[in-house]
Amino acid sequence: MKNWLKIVAVVLLFYVHIGGMLVDVPRLNILNETIRALYFHVPMWFGMVLLFLLSVYYSIRYLRNPLQRFDHLAVEYANAGLVFGILGMLTGMLWANYAWGSPWHGDPKQNGAAIALLVYLAYFVLRGSVENEEQRGRLSAVYNIFAFAAMVPLIFIIPRLTSSMHPGSGGNPGFNMYDLDSRMRLIFYPAVVGWFLIGVWIVSMRVRVRELEEKIIDIENEKVY
Amino acid sequence: MKKFIKNILAIALLLFSTLAYGQEVEMADGMRSEGKIYVVVAIILIVLTGLVVYMALLDRKIKKLENLLGEKNPSK
Repeated sequence: MKNWLKIVAVVLLFYVHIGGMLVDVPRLNILNETIRALYFHVPMWFGMVLLFLLSVYYSIRYLRNPLQRFDHLAVEYANAGLVFGILGMLTGMLWANYAWGSPWHGDPKQNGAAIALLVYLAYFVLRGSVENEEQRGRLSAVYNIFAFAAMVPLIFIIPRLTSSMHPGSGGNPGFNMYDLDSRMRLIFYPAVVGWFLIGVWIVSMRVRVRELEEKIIDIENEKVY
Repeated sequence: MKKFIKNILAIALLLFSTLAYGQEVEMADGMRSEGKIYVVVAIILIVLTGLVVYMALLDRKIKKLENLLGEKNPSK
């Protein structure tokens, strides 16, 4: 990852943390001041989807050309995406506790997101259960494609078809309810980009650690033979 | 005349109540006017700075390890 991208990520996040607290927001009943959580909760999910998208991209590349590097990238993007998803879930539950009355409502959006996270957890279970490296790479790459294809309807389509309290579903198109105010967009979109870039940064470091591991294993093997 | 005054009063009350309704959504205005919100902003910025610096140091450490292995193993 280029250094200037890391700096962009940090600058954006500083902007978001200052602006997210200080800039005016719409005055809405029930939500009151908690509407500011939108700047931190929603970017987690947007970041997760973008990271999963990159993960599936590298899985497809791995299937076309089985280089170990693609497998590393796919698994690390999925890993970082899962962390973002768990953070999104926890922040969402805390917010729901105050906006909806209890942390878990069995709301279609919550259930769908929970199932999607479990589907991705199973990706790591699958990887852990196959010894052979090439087999593991191929199997998990195929599974990853199915996992992504399952995640999209679970999070974006099913909650729209049923009634959900979560904004952006159950007939509420997008963020209209909040985004009548374009001031919120000015902070929300930089937040998405900033957090996503932080995710990419973490992935790049974890991939480098994996490559170091591979090098060390190679050196050890050369010593043995 | 009495009726007229009554009507005026009623309309005035109605207007006042709608004005009050517009202000009814409670926000942390008190905290903002006292300037304490800046304390919150400063605290989250300290946490953010700390985490970012920590990540940058981790990045540098990985770079050092890469260089170390690169020197030991120039063929790779």
